[in-house]
Amino acid sequence: MANQTNDDKPQEPQQGSEGIPAPEGAANLIDTDYVIGQDNITASPMGIDVDLHGKVFMVSSIVILLFVILTLAMQAQMEPIFNSMFSFLTTKLSWVFLLGANVFVILALVLIFTPMGKVRIGGAKATPDFGYPGWFAMLFAAGMGIGLMFYGVSEPLGHYGTAFGGISMGEDGLRTDWAPLGGAEGDQQAAISLGMAATIFHWGLHPWGAYAIVGLSLAIFAFNKGLPLTMRSIFYPVLGERIWGWPGHLIDILAVFATLFGLATSLGLGATQASAGLNYLFGIPDNNVTLVLLILGITVVALGSIMLGVDKGVQRLSQLNMGLALLLLVFVIAVGPTLMIATGVLENLLGYVKNLPALSMPFGREDANFSQGWTAFYWAWWIAWSPFVGMFIARVSRGRTVREFLIAVLVVPTLASVVWMTAFGTTAIDQVISSGISEVQDAALELQLFTMLEYLPLSAITSFVGIVLVIVFFITSSDSGSLVIDSITAGGKVDAPKPQRVFWALIEGAIAIALLLGGGLGALQTAALTTGLPFTLVLLVGCYAIVKGLMSEPKAK
Amino acid sequence: MYRKIMVPIDLAHIEVIEPALQTVADLAKHYDAEVCYVGITSSTPGSVARTPEEFSQKLEAFAQKRAAVHGQPVSTHTIVSPDPIADLDDDLIEAIDKVGADLVVMPTHPPKHLDVIMPSHGGKVATHTKASVFLVRPGAGE
Repeated sequence: MANQTNDDKPQEPQQGSEGIPAPEGAANLIDTDYVIGQDNITASPMGIDVDLHGKVFMVSSIVILLFVILTLAMQAQMEPIFNSMFSFLTTKLSWVFLLGANVFVILALVLIFTPMGKVRIGGAKATPDFGYPGWFAMLFAAGMGIGLMFYGVSEPLGHYGTAFGGISMGEDGLRTDWAPLGGAEGDQQAAISLGMAATIFHWGLHPWGAYAIVGLSLAIFAFNKGLPLTMRSIFYPVLGERIWGWPGHLIDILAVFATLFGLATSLGLGATQASAGLNYLFGIPDNNVTLVLLILGITVVALGSIMLGVDKGVQRLSQLNMGLALLLLVFVIAVGPTLMIATGVLENLLGYVKNLPALSMPFGREDANFSQGWTAFYWAWWIAWSPFVGMFIARVSRGRTVREFLIAVLVVPTLASVVWMTAFGTTAIDQVISSGISEVQDAALELQLFTMLEYLPLSAITSFVGIVLVIVFFITSSDSGSLVIDSITAGGKVDAPKPQRVFWALIEGAIAIALLLGGGLGALQTAALTTGLPFTLVLLVGCYAIVKGLMSEPKAK
Repeated sequence: MYRKIMVPIDLAHIEVIEPALQTVADLAKHYDAEVCYVGITSSTPGSVARTPEEFSQKLEAFAQKRAAVHGQPVSTHTIVSPDPIADLDDDLIEAIDKVGADLVVMPTHPPKHLDVIMPSHGGKVATHTKASVFLVRPGAGE
């Protein structure tokens, strides 16, 4: 082919007898006899067609059912087990998360500048399936949307507060304060700067680094190497053909477990928060009926979205989401302390860069409460979510170059987080400092955003937009999550019959309702977060796989 | 009367659409029409092909095989979609104009209750196109 460079050994299309041709333009397919869907079971019970990977579907369903029943039946016994497991991970093994996350970010940043950044996902001539606005909206809505709503106000305020409070020692010589790094006792300006840096740190390069690694490795191994779009495929360079057996099944089952429980518990907890907001704003009773109705409503809209598909459902909803979020952001910047926010963006970005080495240091940390209770907790969270977000990102990123992909998944969202956190954080901190308003700080976490908005003009409208955003962000996570689980349990097929994706969206809602009424949401969420540890290892393999995979790819012109 | 017959086919389930293929062969011969076989594939690797390009080749090979059976001129059209299951109907409707077909022959399943929430593809296509549509039930002519 004329457009091939002299790189490695890109294969010609008509190679071998049957000849697996290159993806559109030059690329380097993996030669395997495995046919996608060969282990699948197809049937149509009661006129409903199914096409499932027997082992992955059965085992994940059984494990999920078992966990739900156990948690419901023996909540008192299970909760401490999950909690101690998780606290062991975030205290004793916090360095694994911090170190792993640093590796992901560094690799992703380095790849932008290497010649490997020129490789195009889907082959040298592939064209993008989605335009920039839709693509970026989907990346962002699946990736973190909802968290920005809840932590945009509370985290900057919280870290500012603890940093301003300074260091306090317990009797055992250990720090009892939650300040990041050394704090900034009594120094208002320094405390703001450190607080913002710590917040941006948790919402910046590191979470997106984890997503980028999963997304890129899956995209390369699916679109360029021709392997199915499931987690197991990134293990091909390490395990070879064994990924089609139990090692592969286990990886996929773990991904289903993390994704489903991550989504279902977030749905449950998110409904609690949305309901508290509705109660605060409109006096709607904050009880089980409201909660169940909210979950049902979210599930129904998510169902509609996945029935319409990625293009007409998920993409449009994500764009709506982005539009609303942008409106709210512009509003807060305009009516908040505009000048402070404008100068703050650059200052906070610099503060982030300056504090980044110290904040991301995995060893010898003195601020254990902060680095374990906040950072390691977040890292476990992001990494546990990365199979879901990464797989979805991979699916919609065909046709982009690696460089384009990494800039869009790593750099742009980080900058967006900087602007968002600065706007909401600065406004809230300014309310506390300049106007002496303490209600925001005192409010419950889920209400802090609304309390802040109340002190700005037009709060009836903006609070309503806020509530809608919270709900829509849930829907956009829920629909993309169901699509991901469906394709994992269908052995990597994205064209499995529709009833299957409906099934997963319903299960998600059902689990959320069951745990909400029966108790144990928090416990099961903790259980989902513990998958952050195995997935840290999976992602490290992903790093190796990316480099290995990209080295054998021809570059795009 | 008809110049170009469009036939949406599912390469993964070629055996179940045999009655439709037979119908197409007879109609094409009768009207001396060209037959355009249309296939839809996901952009991700799937069971039929690992890349869209491989899919096109398989579709072309299939069309040539059919040409040997009915002797009418054939062409193919590949639709690549990020979510084929959801986009199928709209993509097919779009393809009718794109390939310039005046008759669509497609296999379909008998009506069932689930159609209320998930309408059959044939029914949906028929309500959204100016071209004539011929839906062939499974086991037709037996």
